[in-house]
Amino acid sequence: MKQSVKSEAYAQQRMKSKQRMERIIHGVFLLLGLITVGCVLLITLYLVISGLPAIVEIGPVDFFLGQEWAPTAGEPSYGILPFILSSVAGTAGAILLGVPIGFMTAVFLSKMAPSRLKDVMEGAVSLLAGIPSVVYGLVGMMVLVPGIRKLFNVPDGASLLAAIVVLTVMILPSIIKMSVTALDAVPREYEDASLALGATAVETYFRVSVPAARSGIAAAVVLGVGRAIGEAMAVMMVAGNAPNMPGLFESVRFLTTAVASEMAYSSGLQRQALFSIALVLFLFIMLINATLNFFLKREKE
Amino acid sequence: MRSNQLSGRRKGYDVLMRSLMILCSGLTAALVLFLLVYVLSKGLPNVTWEMLSTSPSYLTKRVGLLPDILNTIYIVLATLVMVLPLGVGAAIYLTEYASNKKLVAVIEYAAETLSGIPSIIYGLVGMLIFSNNIGTSLMAGAMTLVIMNLPTIMRSTQESLKTVPQSYREGAFGLGAGKWRVVRTVVLPGCVDGVITGCILTVGRILGESAALLFTAGFAHALNGVWEGLWSPGATLTVALYVYAKDQGEFEVAFAAAAILMLLTLLINLSAALVQKHFAKRRSL
Repeated sequence: MKQSVKSEAYAQQRMKSKQRMERIIHGVFLLLGLITVGCVLLITLYLVISGLPAIVEIGPVDFFLGQEWAPTAGEPSYGILPFILSSVAGTAGAILLGVPIGFMTAVFLSKMAPSRLKDVMEGAVSLLAGIPSVVYGLVGMMVLVPGIRKLFNVPDGASLLAAIVVLTVMILPSIIKMSVTALDAVPREYEDASLALGATAVETYFRVSVPAARSGIAAAVVLGVGRAIGEAMAVMMVAGNAPNMPGLFESVRFLTTAVASEMAYSSGLQRQALFSIALVLFLFIMLINATLNFFLKREKE
Repeated sequence: MRSNQLSGRRKGYDVLMRSLMILCSGLTAALVLFLLVYVLSKGLPNVTWEMLSTSPSYLTKRVGLLPDILNTIYIVLATLVMVLPLGVGAAIYLTEYASNKKLVAVIEYAAETLSGIPSIIYGLVGMLIFSNNIGTSLMAGAMTLVIMNLPTIMRSTQESLKTVPQSYREGAFGLGAGKWRVVRTVVLPGCVDGVITGCILTVGRILGESAALLFTAGFAHALNGVWEGLWSPGATLTVALYVYAKDQGEFEVAFAAAAILMLLTLLINLSAALVQKHFAKRRSL
């Protein structure tokens, strides 16, 4: 009798310590789960704290709408309008070129291509996505920049146009992959119904499958925008890097390259202003992310 | 028969769209082929054993890539060692422990946000948080890459956790196992394929990363052992490529590095495809 009471107490104690251990482990995993949230908060906090002072000191109007960036001049000016406009122009150009090409390729791969060709092409697109951006930059420097100089007879090929072409190639894989996924998910019955009603295969692809996958395709475009606006190294290598207002054959600096090109040697207000540029870029990206999430959510529904 | 009955306009639409699709796909394929052939043909002839096995020396005008190759390996290893427990743990929390739907949504949104942030911003924040405290070093770079790659590991682990049948967990619970024991013995073995896929993707991303490393890990070419190397500044292959091409105009070395990176990218893509195929096959059995 005594024996069993003792063992019962022992079992209870073991149970309790086991429960405590379970609770601790639960806590550890909760902490691990919250790491991403912590990282996002940390990044936001650091960018705001280090980015705001310069905006205040320079004045928001002079900072955002100033057309001249000359931080080392006798009378320094810190206008980032050229960077904002160059980033927007470069991204818009890449989207204008890249989306039609990527979209058409995606429809072909998802609907028309035989499965073996699709496999090979998807492998090729993955390779395109995996190539490091400095390799794109290098090829752009050696092929594109001299090519533009000769073709358009301009003094220097390192220009917005070169950046647009490089970005176009770099966003292609994101657009193709995401669009193919969306198009593959269109229910077979939709297409069968359209074919049965007498539409041709091509009419079915573009008037039934594509509209059905439009949220996914929109998400693909937004993803492309995010990629293009955030790219630094490849743009740095081909865009010439002078703080000019954007023009197709003008040497330009993007928001990303503005941060990267002066970070190494800047100090004081100039360095702080670079953090402010990063903050502006971050805000752009957050806006794009929110849009992307909106489309992805709709796609899921 | 049927196509004969189509009106001219419909036929025109058909032909136009069909040729546009083929044209664009052809263009994409040609682009990939061009990049591959161009980089390899320009770069591979410059890759010599001497280049791969020595460090650069100003005296003999020798340009060796060995330190950069080693730095790349060090940073890959350091990042994986740190990111794996964090990412896998977060994924396990999300699929196994979390019961609050709102919290899950917040965590997933945060992961989504992290994967959208451009690497130059990671570089900047990494410089502020890590390099300013522990000094510009491979370790600071690796820590930056950990934040960057956390969503990748998380997502691929989560995907594979979802494929572990619920009945396995219920069976283990039914036999009297506690939560932790179920996670350790049933759930974790089930997500090996996701972890491996995540690792391959992460290695690929680290190989290609440059903007996040330029200001966190620096661009020195010193030859170091693992431990010493991790705590001193160093360039990875991509950063070395950038510095050689942009700042020093050493295009032959840059192309050699590009060719090596291209081959590694091919290798990574191939192994990712193989791993996925292998696990898909095993799962269908």
